[in-house]
Amino acid sequence: MSDVIRLTTPLSDEDVVKLKAGDRVLISGVIYTGRDAAHKRMIEALEKGEPLPFDVKGQVIYYVGPSPAKPGRPIGAAGPTTSYRMNPYAPKLIRLGLKGMIGKGKMSEEVREHCIKYKAVYFGAIGGCGALLSQRIKKAEVIAYEDLGPEAVRRLEVEDFPVIVVYDTHGGNLEEIGIKQYRVVE
Amino acid sequence: MRVIDLSEVTEAIAKLCIDANYNLPEDVYNALKEALEREKSPVGKAVLQHILENADLAREGIAPICQDCGLAVIFMEIGQDVRFTGGNLKDAIFEGVRKGYREGYLRKSTCHPFTRANIGDNTPPVIHYDIVPGDKVRIVVAPKGGGSENMSQVVMLKPADGVEGVIETVVKRVDEAGGNPCPPIIVGVGVGGTFERSAFLAKKALLRPVGKPNPDVEIARIEQEMLERINKLGIGPMGWGGTVTALAVHFEMEPVHIASLPCAININCHVARHKEIIL
Repeated sequence: MSDVIRLTTPLSDEDVVKLKAGDRVLISGVIYTGRDAAHKRMIEALEKGEPLPFDVKGQVIYYVGPSPAKPGRPIGAAGPTTSYRMNPYAPKLIRLGLKGMIGKGKMSEEVREHCIKYKAVYFGAIGGCGALLSQRIKKAEVIAYEDLGPEAVRRLEVEDFPVIVVYDTHGGNLEEIGIKQYRVVE
Repeated sequence: MRVIDLSEVTEAIAKLCIDANYNLPEDVYNALKEALEREKSPVGKAVLQHILENADLAREGIAPICQDCGLAVIFMEIGQDVRFTGGNLKDAIFEGVRKGYREGYLRKSTCHPFTRANIGDNTPPVIHYDIVPGDKVRIVVAPKGGGSENMSQVVMLKPADGVEGVIETVVKRVDEAGGNPCPPIIVGVGVGGTFERSAFLAKKALLRPVGKPNPDVEIARIEQEMLERINKLGIGPMGWGGTVTALAVHFEMEPVHIASLPCAININCHVARHKEIIL
């Protein structure tokens, strides 16, 4: 495994082009949450010519719907949700300058191609590690769509949030590389 | 006739919802520890270490194991000599779910299918009732996450497809699912009766302690073959490559119609929650 790379948001093209599939990255700074329902509303807002809850340029969206925070804690469990459900929405946001998505599982060819063409990265976080990942989130604040409950858009302040590069800007794909290495073909 | 007050059922279900979401069952924890020993990929090993560390943190109570605290799937085995008092059973179960998800700071994940508006209290649960001999009530709460449930499938195979058809269908489905259902997974396979019976059997198979083989040796052999083939796929922990894709395959089988071979695959993530109590 490669050494850990530290990145602070917002991310520039230079930040993301140096990343390769399989790199372990620790993200610090502000990231935004959004999953199915929030993405649907954001795309609808764009279609109506309305502004997004935040400018996506240089930003990272974390596909997560956290559990409620216990008293004295900024957030509840906060691990990634499955990313393919955001396939219909991610390309448009990447074209607007989104630099990173954090989720789990596969995304579409279209998303991969957008990562190459527009210099964006799809990061994977470990699914089912909600308690562990919540410890790297220092502050959480709902900034839009509060009625969506766990699906509301949140602004998170994270410190050394651990992710791995799944799709890089050069066409590299951790799933392909990793699975090929361990697949036993009979 | 034994009388049970329904407030007891409500309390038990609330506690089980919380317990299931904070305390990973010992059998699952041990299976993950064994997987860590077996896994050959360094990335896969790191993932498994994080998963175990996460389970320890959740047990301390800082947050649930996973933010997806699941739809509450509840199995009620009710002794035929039991009579409930103090309301009606369905209401008592719903109230237990509401209380558990509220007091445990658990995420409420039920919503309207089309508007996607959150119901707000994680009701309705999915309840499976069974009437059994005796005067006890066994309650199993198995919160089920959406990511792994989405990768599940029922296929109406042809009788000619046989056991090989079932094995191939299961392995193919796991391969297609890749990292989506949070591997290492537990695969429940159900073959029996009708369309919905096979799905029920696949779900019920997930309640078995992880890796405990079916008591029927022939079925156990098929489980083992499916497991070996799945772990040759290379998917590995989180789908990032590795030798441990599944912790176990649990296969439940019953007779079917002479025209049919229904095959259901219910996939569970590594946060395989199930807690039970006997009243």
